[in-house]
Amino acid sequence: MPDGAHTIRVECRVNGQPVTLEAFPMSRLLDVLREQLRLTGTKEGCGEGECGACSIELDGALVNSCLIPAAQAEGANIRTIEGIADGAHLHAIQAAFLRHGGSQCGICTPGMILAAANLLARYPQPTEAQIREGLAGNLCRCTGYTKIFESVVAACRHAERPA
Amino acid sequence: METRIIGKSVPRKEGREKVTGRARYVDDLAFPGMIYGATIRSAVPRGRIRGIYFEGDIPWNEFTVVTAKDIPGKNCVALLIDDQPCLAAEFVNHPEEPVVLLAHADECLLEEARRAMRLDIEPLPAVLTIDDSLARRQIIWGEDNVFKSFQVEKGSVDSAWATADFIVEGIYDTGAQEQLYIEPQGMIARSTEAEGITVWGSLQCPYYVHKALTALFGLPKNRIRVVQTETGGGFGGKEEYPSMIASHAALLAWKSGKPVKIIYDRAEDMAATTKRHPSRTRHRTAVTRDGKLLAMEIDFTIDGGAYETLSPVVLSRGTIHAAGPYHCPNVRIRSRAVATNAPPHGAFRGFGAPQSVFALERHLDRVAAAITLPPDELRRRNFIREGQSLAVSQVIREKVDMARLMDRAFELSGYQQKKTQFFAANARSATIKKGVGFASFLHGAGFTGSGEEYLASEVAAEATRDGVVRIFAASTEMGQGTNTIFSQIAAEALGLGCDRIEIIQPDTAAVPNSGPTVASRTSMIVGKLVETAAREIQAKLFASGTLQPDYAADEFSKACNQYIEKLGPLNSLAKYEHPVDLHWDDERYQGDAYGAYAWAVYVAEVSVDTRTAEVRVDDFVAVQEVGKVINPVLAAGQIEGGIAQGIGFALYENVVWQEGRMVNSQMTNYVMPTSMDVPPIRVFFEEVPYARGPAGAKGIGELPLDGTAPAIANAIAHATGADITKLPITPEMLIEMLESIHA
Repeated sequence: MPDGAHTIRVECRVNGQPVTLEAFPMSRLLDVLREQLRLTGTKEGCGEGECGACSIELDGALVNSCLIPAAQAEGANIRTIEGIADGAHLHAIQAAFLRHGGSQCGICTPGMILAAANLLARYPQPTEAQIREGLAGNLCRCTGYTKIFESVVAACRHAERPA
Repeated sequence: METRIIGKSVPRKEGREKVTGRARYVDDLAFPGMIYGATIRSAVPRGRIRGIYFEGDIPWNEFTVVTAKDIPGKNCVALLIDDQPCLAAEFVNHPEEPVVLLAHADECLLEEARRAMRLDIEPLPAVLTIDDSLARRQIIWGEDNVFKSFQVEKGSVDSAWATADFIVEGIYDTGAQEQLYIEPQGMIARSTEAEGITVWGSLQCPYYVHKALTALFGLPKNRIRVVQTETGGGFGGKEEYPSMIASHAALLAWKSGKPVKIIYDRAEDMAATTKRHPSRTRHRTAVTRDGKLLAMEIDFTIDGGAYETLSPVVLSRGTIHAAGPYHCPNVRIRSRAVATNAPPHGAFRGFGAPQSVFALERHLDRVAAAITLPPDELRRRNFIREGQSLAVSQVIREKVDMARLMDRAFELSGYQQKKTQFFAANARSATIKKGVGFASFLHGAGFTGSGEEYLASEVAAEATRDGVVRIFAASTEMGQGTNTIFSQIAAEALGLGCDRIEIIQPDTAAVPNSGPTVASRTSMIVGKLVETAAREIQAKLFASGTLQPDYAADEFSKACNQYIEKLGPLNSLAKYEHPVDLHWDDERYQGDAYGAYAWAVYVAEVSVDTRTAEVRVDDFVAVQEVGKVINPVLAAGQIEGGIAQGIGFALYENVVWQEGRMVNSQMTNYVMPTSMDVPPIRVFFEEVPYARGPAGAKGIGELPLDGTAPAIANAIAHATGADITKLPITPEMLIEMLESIHA
């Protein structure tokens, strides 16, 4: 068992790349991603798992990285906002957010896009209720969610050209 | 007017950075050698500081410590007046008042040190409510606990009562509301011999922070630099408090010689920074049997908290909006902002108007009930028309047709049919009661009265050799779309594409002061200056002979290059000019309060579960006249987001106070709307171009906060018969009201 006072090595894959992290076992994965890997697209809004700004995918599941201890990332496959676009080519959800006003101040956007991508992986053609529920763990104070719903619907229509 | 780019939903200028996670917010920045700062606060509402103790097993000699006596200039957060200290020296006046600052390179040790500090404060009797403050048993500010008061008089209210068929009275209360931008507040400061003080941070008003730091350090203006980083929402919450955090970070940086970062965690942000002012409004209204308003007497009080901050200005807007879009021959409004030992309340989208508009629109439904007239009919009989005057005696010269807005809102929402349907359905349903309600209202754009004249805003433009036009303004992007709107306005004026316009990041070392990013003024007032500055660039090219009218984009670039080659820098500066026909009398509080108003009618449909008193908003229709819409997607986004905040204000967002302190300062126990809580929000614009706005635009940012809560409150009253007079309408409050109806 790792001892909380000493750092451990954590081997995992982040956005497809193998990485070795050096962290205290109970460090928040959020901080490790932001500080060690400089993946600052993952945001902290509340630090208690309410707002979803720090959403990432861990082995395909949408999680709040502020609640995940670094030790739990051992062997995991992690996807952050930096791993969503294909180089300069935006993902359909990103293009839809851009075109349909799904992002205003942008601070919830990375987490919201992760949540939307995760939702569409589970339900390629989600109902309105599924969209609302799928995004319910991600708070947005700017949009009133309307343009976010529209963006998600547009993204799954596959009508989006790359922006 | 034909437009190419204005009126089109061009994508958000900085949108690509935001959707890819590349946008850099203050907490995403790191400087070499940077350390972290923390704030030690009073924890008691009022008292005298007896001692500051550094206790526990902490290597205190490693810490940078700042107290009031370290401040090199004036110990204040300079704003309207200088009553708020940057760090309390002898007395504390609210429980979140900063007393000591600490900095260290190790964030964990810093947190331990924060907990090990002990302030010895001798408590003094505190004033915690509006009533306590007005009772004046303790004087905690000035001579009478009153920061500011206004009196508006129109006609003769006193002689109207005798002629009234009905007189209806009411008292209305609204609670505090947290802005709850998802990016918490934060700043990074650096102090060097060569450059002076520089701060980077999440903020709305770079020049407010600049003013505060200049006074705090007693330095010349050119030794202070303020740079806005990408800002994750503001809504008024980053109007004034960033000056406090910047001051703290700058003091620590100056004393330690190292860059210092202060990022508030959510609990500190919610508890310590400003919130919407709690309010109480009394109405007394004289009306004829057929629903003509004869006299309105309105008494409006807001709780300003411990220091003046922006309360006089919030009070002003709340006062002017208190009588709504109605023509009434006799109006008296008395208002005041009072002191309590709570953290200062401040700007929040709507800025005093959501409080007084809630009171009025709820009251008018109750007036209509008293004279057995439908609530819409009462409004229709009193809507203001061109040539008539508002409470401050401002004669409306622009085209206004509130009845038409109401017709459209009712048609789109099915208001009248639903009223009938729900009456029948509610009789059949024992548990679910449905209702519809509306609010009709206006919102003035820009600073009140002579405010814009005093601000004297400036915007600069400069063309590069390759024909890119750069816009220099202090107006910040915080999600509302400044970058995109300014690009569209400049591109339209110059006949270029938006990609040929560059918006310079607000930095007081680079941009002129275009005023604060507040008051629904950015598109209308500053946007007009952007248009003027862009046109002047074009005029200079024409005058120099390097460019002919009806040019193509590549001709523009060539002309810029030739001009710069021949004549040097190609730039312009636009300065605000106050329209000569707008007059404001600040003494009598009469005149042209705002250059333009947005007008609106909002309709809410709700279901109330009478077993749990849970309210669902099922549908929301928002019809507004806002002048020319510059970008339909951004404009609708502003309205939708504002309505969601208004739903929170109406139903969920309840700040719980204990001894002047917010005790539910977490997202787990302060509840804002989620994606499960918002109804379909249906937004419609009427466009009547405003002659003085850029391409005819008026302000819209604050408007949706005014009408949402009263429309919902009126719908709940319609559904249940509960006589709502307070916000937020929590299930706890509503269930008591429902029980008393059925008792």
